[in-house]
Amino acid sequence: MTMASEPTRDGVAPAMSADVVIRMEGVQKWYDHFQVLKDIDLEVHRGERIVICGPSGSGKSTLIRCINQLERHQKGRITVNGVELGPHHRQLDTVRREVGMVFQSFNLFPHLTVLENCMLAPMKVRGTTKAEAKATAIRYLERVRIPEQADKYPGQLSGGQQQRVAIARSLCMNPKVMLFDEPTSALDPEMVKEVLDTMIGLAEDGMTMLCVTHEMGFAKSVAHRVIFMDRGEIVEQNTPEAFFTDPKSERTRSFLGQILAH
Amino acid sequence: MIRAFGYNEFLFLLSAVQWTLMLSVIAFIGGGIVGLFVALGRTSDVKPLRLLATGYIQVFQGTPLLMQLFLVFFGATVIGIDMSPWVAAAVGLTLNTSAFLGEIWRGCIQSVPRGQWEAARSLGLRYPGLMRYVVLPQAVKVAVPPTVGYLVQVIKGTSLAAIIGFVELTRAGQIVNNATFQPFLVFSIVAAIYFALCWPLSLLSQRLEARYAAPSR
Repeated sequence: MTMASEPTRDGVAPAMSADVVIRMEGVQKWYDHFQVLKDIDLEVHRGERIVICGPSGSGKSTLIRCINQLERHQKGRITVNGVELGPHHRQLDTVRREVGMVFQSFNLFPHLTVLENCMLAPMKVRGTTKAEAKATAIRYLERVRIPEQADKYPGQLSGGQQQRVAIARSLCMNPKVMLFDEPTSALDPEMVKEVLDTMIGLAEDGMTMLCVTHEMGFAKSVAHRVIFMDRGEIVEQNTPEAFFTDPKSERTRSFLGQILAH
Repeated sequence: MIRAFGYNEFLFLLSAVQWTLMLSVIAFIGGGIVGLFVALGRTSDVKPLRLLATGYIQVFQGTPLLMQLFLVFFGATVIGIDMSPWVAAAVGLTLNTSAFLGEIWRGCIQSVPRGQWEAARSLGLRYPGLMRYVVLPQAVKVAVPPTVGYLVQVIKGTSLAAIIGFVELTRAGQIVNNATFQPFLVFSIVAAIYFALCWPLSLLSQRLEARYAAPSR
């Protein structure tokens, strides 16, 4: 299942064996009798950027949500940064601290200002001081280029701005991996670019990223590897070049035909 | 023997209002504290807690408040505790209020979108922090109008404490009536006093609801 060709983009080719950040082995999940994940094997290396695509209901969101256990898998092993996710809270806490997540619907805390959104977890989870949390928050808000919105409430921002704040909020925890669950799907078209640009900036800094997205331009320009999922399985995975120009499976071809048609 | 209803009788009724209010405040605060745990139990991921809280709510919502007061008052005697009507009323009303507030607040907690919980969890917040910093502050906004509204029920509910002999407004009305034998006049005044206590709260609840219903910010 593991891919033969390694990422080569931008000169930072993560080493083959070393530095596996996420390892999924035989992961299976059911909702009642419906199997959403069927025997998923996946290795994500440090610095690697993966785009996961597939039709709705293919299990792609579920897959990344299993990595920080917003969904629990029922079979198989998931190891994040050497910590195996089990029934115990301690592993889960460790993993969640190291894994950032960006949601389709932003999920900023509406009762807190932008700055407070960014400071909450570092202070309450990592125990950093207020001054330190604030400095970090401002640094990342500058990085997503909205420091001037720091004292506003999420409801006062546009969707694109909210999503950039959500990215900054995650970065404030200094995660080892960032998961993106359709981060641009809820955005008006004119705001997609600002969020993608932010993500590209992250990629250039060497962040390990798993993105569920249908932004194929993003996949082509940023991803080391594109994974196509359908009906709970990883059907195909390859470098973007090979994936888009020479898809192996019929299901991939028909999917690409549909989303690239317009 | 029979006195006329006069100024002194009216003052006696008014002075009993303080006990009605005192009992209401105790029931409300006690019920609020217990009710918070009931609401947390009802929304818990832990099934036994959820069942326990649900059962608690069912029992107190499914039986008359008067029976609950009787059971506390006489039940205490059965297990050998000499409980004054005052304590029995406070305990009974606290338990009853906690069940109702717990159920109201359960709805408020569940009205906070799932995404908020998920975002908090994915940032590494554990249950206490998630509740305290993310979910409850948002739930409180939704909870204020119905909670103030329910305070009206609590105040009216204290009238049942009269039956176990606690002298609050209703019991004071009975006492005055026994002396004056003018039940219609006396209980009209008692009712008017209850109305004067409750109506402003109802109004406040409506206004709060209108304010929170308006798009914030």
